[in-house]
Amino acid sequence: MAERTLVQAVRDALAEEMERDPRVCVLGEDVGLKGGVFKATEGLQARFGPERVMDTPLAESSIVAVAQGLALEGYRPVAEIQFADYSFPAFNQIVNEVARIRYRSNGDFGCPLVIRAPTGGGVRGGLYHSQSVEAFYCHVPGLKVVLPSTPADAKGLLKSAVRDPDPVIFLEPKKLYRAGREEVAEGDGALRRLGEAALVRAGRDVTAITYGYLRVVTLQAAARLQEEGIEVEVVDLRTLRPWDVETCLGSVRRTGRVAVVYEANRTGGFGAEVAAELAERCFESLDAPVTRLAGPDVPAMPFSPALEQAFLPDADRIAAGLRRLARF
Amino acid sequence: MATKTQELTQKGGQHRHRALGLSDEAALRIYEVMRLARAIDERMWLINRQGRAPFVISCQGQEAAQVGSAAALEPKKDWVVPYYRDAGVALWFGMTARDEMLQFLARKEDPNSAGRQMPRHYGSRERHILTTGSPVGAQLLHAAGIALASKMRGEDAVTATYFGEGSSSQGDAHEAMNFAAIHKLAVLFICENNGYAISVPQNHQMAIKDLADRAAGYGFPGVVVDGNDVLAVYEAAHEAVKRARRGEGPTLIEAKTYRITAHSSDDDDKRYRQAEEVALWREKEPIPRFAQYLRQARVLSEELDREISDRVNREVDDATDYAESAPDPSPDDLLKHVYAQESR
Ligand SMILES: Cc1ncc(C[n+]2csc(CCOP(=O)(O)OP(=O)(O)O)c2C)c(N)n1
Ligand SMILES: [Mg+2]
Repeated sequence: MAERTLVQAVRDALAEEMERDPRVCVLGEDVGLKGGVFKATEGLQARFGPERVMDTPLAESSIVAVAQGLALEGYRPVAEIQFADYSFPAFNQIVNEVARIRYRSNGDFGCPLVIRAPTGGGVRGGLYHSQSVEAFYCHVPGLKVVLPSTPADAKGLLKSAVRDPDPVIFLEPKKLYRAGREEVAEGDGALRRLGEAALVRAGRDVTAITYGYLRVVTLQAAARLQEEGIEVEVVDLRTLRPWDVETCLGSVRRTGRVAVVYEANRTGGFGAEVAAELAERCFESLDAPVTRLAGPDVPAMPFSPALEQAFLPDADRIAAGLRRLARF
Repeated sequence: MATKTQELTQKGGQHRHRALGLSDEAALRIYEVMRLARAIDERMWLINRQGRAPFVISCQGQEAAQVGSAAALEPKKDWVVPYYRDAGVALWFGMTARDEMLQFLARKEDPNSAGRQMPRHYGSRERHILTTGSPVGAQLLHAAGIALASKMRGEDAVTATYFGEGSSSQGDAHEAMNFAAIHKLAVLFICENNGYAISVPQNHQMAIKDLADRAAGYGFPGVVVDGNDVLAVYEAAHEAVKRARRGEGPTLIEAKTYRITAHSSDDDDKRYRQAEEVALWREKEPIPRFAQYLRQARVLSEELDREISDRVNREVDDATDYAESAPDPSPDDLLKHVYAQESR
């Protein structure tokens, strides 16, 4: 076991999977010599060579679609999109091609491909280096969507994503890349199954379901509410598609109150899906309306610190929302 | 194959600028804007290193490609569709040092986006600078659209769009050139080829040496020009503008240049390029080169050069002071302009 940051854990997962399986390869912009703009692939080209760790032209559609070709021919590519915001030039390839290959060929072809991308804001990245894109991809059957928020989860889930027979969009909250360290296991001991949420704090009064960077902020809010005598149960979804409905239902049946906390635009965000499913499935256990605490309906997070702060839900705002629910 | 600069007329010898139709005053104006662009940029790095601004992206080394081409256009009549290094273009089209610093520090008064966008994302309807996003390559298509509008209105305005050689790999870049060619649109596609897209060298970006060669495949001229020779850039752009105004369609100008700084303040270029290579290009920097030409042509005296330095430094000092004491946007600005005011 070694202490790892989230970005180091990503790198370890890639290195271990490349070591284990010669079909695993990495491609993307600046992933080679530079080792990626966040250093997630640092050292991999020196270790595995320029073919298995390839710098591509500056064209996301190429990255995704060429990776798809490799996947169809038996490779296990991990494509890096430099920022999740730049997955959109590849949107057609992801939605119309990658996601539909298996269905349209009646199971004849599969597409075991991982598309990694740093996501989310709070790093002064402005409108095009801060977006939360998960809802676009969660809407698409045929894709899996993973969004870890701890080093151990990042490593374990990325290793599983690489081994998964289907395409996985793997979103990494860039604000947490170097936010902290934890002990992370090596080899198969590190594996985490896709589709399982984590109950990261127990509490009787209200459930907060979250993912990504806001897990950290939600835990801060929960600690603050504890001092007021409000006990918050916090669930980190970790995988968004397929998401762990059972764990969430179990928690909400105990507390009777639930908020979904997410950074993306409120309308049509993934939290809206969680809220709708819970409202349908545990109406009889609810003592308060299912609530969303989310980013505002503004196109993206601006660069100015004043505007960035105004966009990003902070512990105060999340605590206020949870307090309202607890007192409902 | 693309035309090379040396095949273009190089008449004029000691007075190339006059042979190109540039007065001494015009040549000096070009020089001063290049100097201003550089001085603003250097100040930005200083402020960044002092921890007072999180991010710099530079124009350093590319001033000739930017100012030389913009100087062939007519501000307010023509349009520019720049990318995130084009300080020289923006200044030529009317941005001021204050505007630069207001944007750099994300102040409310920033005329480009009121602090919403990262530095060097220009935009002003009044100044005919199209608002710039970060996703590279998209802007080439917007230039085609603007030029189509000019054509449909029967106007002879020209649209110049700028991009890096890396960005030319985007599908949008290809689509834009194809579209502009079909309709003989008045577009200048100006590639600032600085040899790298962040860390990725040109030979991993394309299999050809001269990007300008691609123009032939779309059916319009491509020109390779020494991007550090401001008069050569001006000459190529001037020719392309004339062609475009005559309704003969687009030109692709590849200005070979070099990015003197790292990609941005977040980048460490020592990981992927040799210090010797950077040093070599420092020798070829466009500003000292033009200064030397102007001195030889007896247009620039030492005294005049000092005057220009003083003026530029004063402007940058003033801009910095002004922007540093200017207010931030207020939190409720966050919700403005998602839709048109009247559509509520
Ligand atoms: C669609 C898209 N993908 C990735 C990026 C991230 N990115 C910003 S600049 C850059 C390199 C651009 O290189 P080039 O076009 O040569 O311009 P230069 O920076 O060298 O002037 C990259 C990859 C982006 N802005 N947009
Ligand atoms: Mg470049």
